[in-house]
Amino acid sequence: MAAAEDKKMFLVIESGNVAQPFRWSAGTYGSKFLTEIRDNKKFWGIKCPKCGKVYVPIRSVCGPCYAEMTELVPVSDEGNLITFSVVSFGFVDPSTGKQKPVPYGYAVIKLDGADSYLIHYIDETDPEKLKAGMRVRAVFEEDGKRTGSMMDIKHFELI
Amino acid sequence: MGAKRAGIVGVGMTVQRSTRRDVSGVELINEAVRAALDDSGMTRKDIDAIVIGNMDHFEGINYVDTWSVDGSGALGKPIMKMTTGGTTGSTVAMGAYYHVASGMFDRVLAIGWEKNSESDTTGAIITAFDPFWDRPTFGGAVAGLALEATQYMAETGATEEDAAYVAVRDRKNAINNPFAHLRMESNIEAIMSTPYLAWPVKLGDMCPRTDGACAVVFASEDIAGDFPNVPAWVHGVADRHLWGYTSDPYVNQHVKGGTWFPAMERATRELYDKVGITDPLEQFDVAELYLPYSFAGLRYMESLGFCERAGGPALVRSGDTDMGGKCPVNPSGGVLSSNAIGATGLLRVAEVALQVQGRAGDRQVPGAKLGLATGFGGCYWSDELVIGKEKPEKARG
Ligand SMILES: [Zn+2]
Repeated sequence: MAAAEDKKMFLVIESGNVAQPFRWSAGTYGSKFLTEIRDNKKFWGIKCPKCGKVYVPIRSVCGPCYAEMTELVPVSDEGNLITFSVVSFGFVDPSTGKQKPVPYGYAVIKLDGADSYLIHYIDETDPEKLKAGMRVRAVFEEDGKRTGSMMDIKHFELI
Repeated sequence: MGAKRAGIVGVGMTVQRSTRRDVSGVELINEAVRAALDDSGMTRKDIDAIVIGNMDHFEGINYVDTWSVDGSGALGKPIMKMTTGGTTGSTVAMGAYYHVASGMFDRVLAIGWEKNSESDTTGAIITAFDPFWDRPTFGGAVAGLALEATQYMAETGATEEDAAYVAVRDRKNAINNPFAHLRMESNIEAIMSTPYLAWPVKLGDMCPRTDGACAVVFASEDIAGDFPNVPAWVHGVADRHLWGYTSDPYVNQHVKGGTWFPAMERATRELYDKVGITDPLEQFDVAELYLPYSFAGLRYMESLGFCERAGGPALVRSGDTDMGGKCPVNPSGGVLSSNAIGATGLLRVAEVALQVQGRAGDRQVPGAKLGLATGFGGCYWSDELVIGKEKPEKARG
């Protein structure tokens, strides 16, 4: 059946721009991590007592060891680019209801002192200029504008 | 009560289309279930239990199991919802298999479905991930898979043209499948000329968004002779769901570090050991693999043991995975041709069942006896099932 005819015959209802707000808990260590970014522009990781791995994003259980983690360790705001993409297709960000500004560089980053990786923006949209292993550094939102979220880091930049 | 062997005795699938406005979700489910019941010579009354799955956030309906009872036929019967992201359809198949293999149920219906047209797929996928660490910068499946493709090319020297070969192969196969969504003759140049969605992944490299459903009936060995079709036997299953955050998988995904795709490699090792597979390219007659984008058709072949590390491009270009090759991959057209996400993993299982039963029509691999079906999802998770014409010597988890 032709698409136009199909649309005339079969009805749909639109939800409209509905909002269903949530309030998520960051937990003890997640709160510490985000507070330190907000107030001091400092990264912290958490260390497994069994395998010694340092996790960023922070969490309270090392999955493979199934061990509780409590020891916070400082982690650098610089690190290495592991892999990346340049996102160029348009989509609505469900967290904001707004069109995501594209293109944007999207990267997996290993901060110095961490064993797990972080995912964030990279301030470069030419894939030819990006390569695994490149050194990167966090660029923070300016003072007074940081709210305690991962977006307090504006993006990472190539050093 | 010992473990029972289980076979697939009925398959039902809807046509896969970008938008099925002519049916509601419940009606779409019903279309697949009726087809599966007809195919197995049963009525709703004969079914002992139902396992159903989709990704709730695509339609925004959170009690799909109860909402759909009229259409699914679950009214008054034991029903279980299983939802594991992209692997949902294969997880539903494994759940139905476990029900029968437990010896507690004789006839169990597995249902996977999705109406991806009812919401924005990327937005919905983002809500499956962590609101603190992942969502602020995540660009859904396209962006996540692009990170993998970049890493794969950097570490192996594979090219975008190598990946395009996979998209051409699968969509060409789909021409033989009247149920498939994208059925087209294409070529590498055409794929290469499509726009980048998230470098290095182009529009032509990605699966479509699809509306569709699939239903499969699993039956116990005690009654498997009572149906019009010879059963397609489950020889073994394995799965791994290793990671939670989108950035976690990359820690271990390195050619040089020795581990490539840990979830898939660990599930594969367990499954092949159980079933006795040492050379998948020679031993499997057919494979229906959840390849959500073209690069997966290179890299996942390596993790599934069809070739060595970095051997994906040479393998697919050799023609061994084409129709008429040693082990045709995705005779149905696969996920690159149709991706109604909750149905997709179950369709892989259904397609392998039809192949080993000799009922796959124009897409039949002649004489297929043993096949592999996989599901892929989320943070590099893997479900895997071996399905065969011969009855296995025992039931295997
Ligand atoms: Zn540990």
